[in-house]
Amino acid sequence: MLELKEIYKTYNPGTVSEHKLFEGLSLTIGDGSFVSVVGSNGSGKTSLLNLICGTIPADRGQILIGSQDITKQKDYVRHRIVGRVYQDPARGTCPSMTILENLALADNKGRHYSLGRCVNRNRTGAYREMLAPLGLGLEDKLHTKVGTLSGGQRQALAMLMATMTPIDFLILDEHTAALDPKTAEVIMELTDQIVRAKQVTTIMVTHNLRYAVSYGDRILMMHEGQVILDKEGEEKEQLDTDSIMDIFNRISVECGN
Amino acid sequence: MTLVLSVLEQGMIYAIMALGVYITYKILDFPDLTVDGSFPLGAAITAILISKGVNPFLTLPICFVAGGVIGILTGIIHVKLRVRDLLSGIIMMTALYTVNLRIAGRANVPFYSADTIFDNAFINAVIPESLAQYRPVIVIFVLTLLMKYILDWYLRTKSGMLLRAVGDNPTLITSLGIDKGFVKIVGLALANALVTLSGCIFAQQQRFFDASFGTGTVVIGLASVIIGTSLFKKVTFVRVTSSVVIGSLLYKGCVALAIRFGMQSSDMKLVTAVLFLIILVVSMDRKKVSADA
Repeated sequence: MLELKEIYKTYNPGTVSEHKLFEGLSLTIGDGSFVSVVGSNGSGKTSLLNLICGTIPADRGQILIGSQDITKQKDYVRHRIVGRVYQDPARGTCPSMTILENLALADNKGRHYSLGRCVNRNRTGAYREMLAPLGLGLEDKLHTKVGTLSGGQRQALAMLMATMTPIDFLILDEHTAALDPKTAEVIMELTDQIVRAKQVTTIMVTHNLRYAVSYGDRILMMHEGQVILDKEGEEKEQLDTDSIMDIFNRISVECGN
Repeated sequence: MTLVLSVLEQGMIYAIMALGVYITYKILDFPDLTVDGSFPLGAAITAILISKGVNPFLTLPICFVAGGVIGILTGIIHVKLRVRDLLSGIIMMTALYTVNLRIAGRANVPFYSADTIFDNAFINAVIPESLAQYRPVIVIFVLTLLMKYILDWYLRTKSGMLLRAVGDNPTLITSLGIDKGFVKIVGLALANALVTLSGCIFAQQQRFFDASFGTGTVVIGLASVIIGTSLFKKVTFVRVTSSVVIGSLLYKGCVALAIRFGMQSSDMKLVTAVLFLIILVVSMDRKKVSADA
């Protein structure tokens, strides 16, 4: 279980551009749940993910995994049990390395990066089997540099790399936003398959309300650092894109944009 | 003939240094000026050890380790104390100037009559008297090739792949649960180990240490790396490390030619700088054209 307790976060404190984002945000996410997070720009969605992953520190409050307090834990230590996919496909892969080298590097996550050879020829079969179902033809391009692939291909690879080793949390930061609609659909399908197969606790930030409604078992809407809508299970089933859109428009109008 | 020999000798010695610069500049994307201090550090340590009668072959691992320590210090200044990359190198380079003088005791330490890795009982027995004038070039060739292959091997290990990834995409390193600062420190240690080793061999070829050895080393290294990598950019069968070695030889060749055609040896640094400028402009031009296309 992931728990955020009374989180405070202010950007640029003491300056004219001071921005109090979170003022006592609390949130609990149960093991194995698939949470979609929606909200307008600046509502605190990505900041929420950054707090959980340790990319930015909280000013006050506690972050717990089970009973373990990870508030002070370094970002790279937290990532040992976290797989993360970013909006920019370039952030999840290494452009100057081949697909095979990228997969080999990710395959070793959680183990020691020693002086042993990184690319294990015996694993190439397994890699091909992972890539083939994507239908992107990546299984025949193992020796191609990742920098030459399309955004969609890179994101699919990043998705695989983030989830190929055992992880407790999958963090998706608008991971379909930079892709064309068709590729976004492919990546979203892949995400759903992986999440179901691995039963991994997933937090997905998205601007696509349809994805937020149709995937996952819980939906959160954020606004100005607060959770203003939180529907789970049965309640979420009853929501559709239009009703979410209504709420979304209402808060936007209330705030004058 | 002597000219060709000296270009080959010095080109290959500087190639080891250029391999170090390749790690920092190309792989880590870190313009490391420590090089101007760690290269003469190797020369200073070597001059003192050899004058004291230490086996010349022993100076090689000692300098390698000393360079590694220096690289770690630059890394700590940059990663832990959060000083900008360029400034970290400048601080270390400046400090090392004094350190080198302290180690050597004075600004110039000759050891003309002592044994070196090119001139000792073992080498003189292995390489016959008839090839005496080729002894240095043979020994240097073996050492440079060895360093190139060790670096090739390392860059394919798990640890080496992390190093390649950290300059490319530091976010990925964090995602893999690894401290990217640590990987950078490892890279700087390895790079400066190679540079100091190069300084060690250079001193033995020159048979003296001079405090001015370091000036402009980083420029020579960068020029070699840029010549090598831009010349063989489209060629896949030449490893990048090999192209850096070839780049270093070509660069030394150009400098030797310039001196041959009327430049004084005191003009060396000017020749170095102008050549580097030409190389930079030419290789940048290419980048622009390909970006426009």
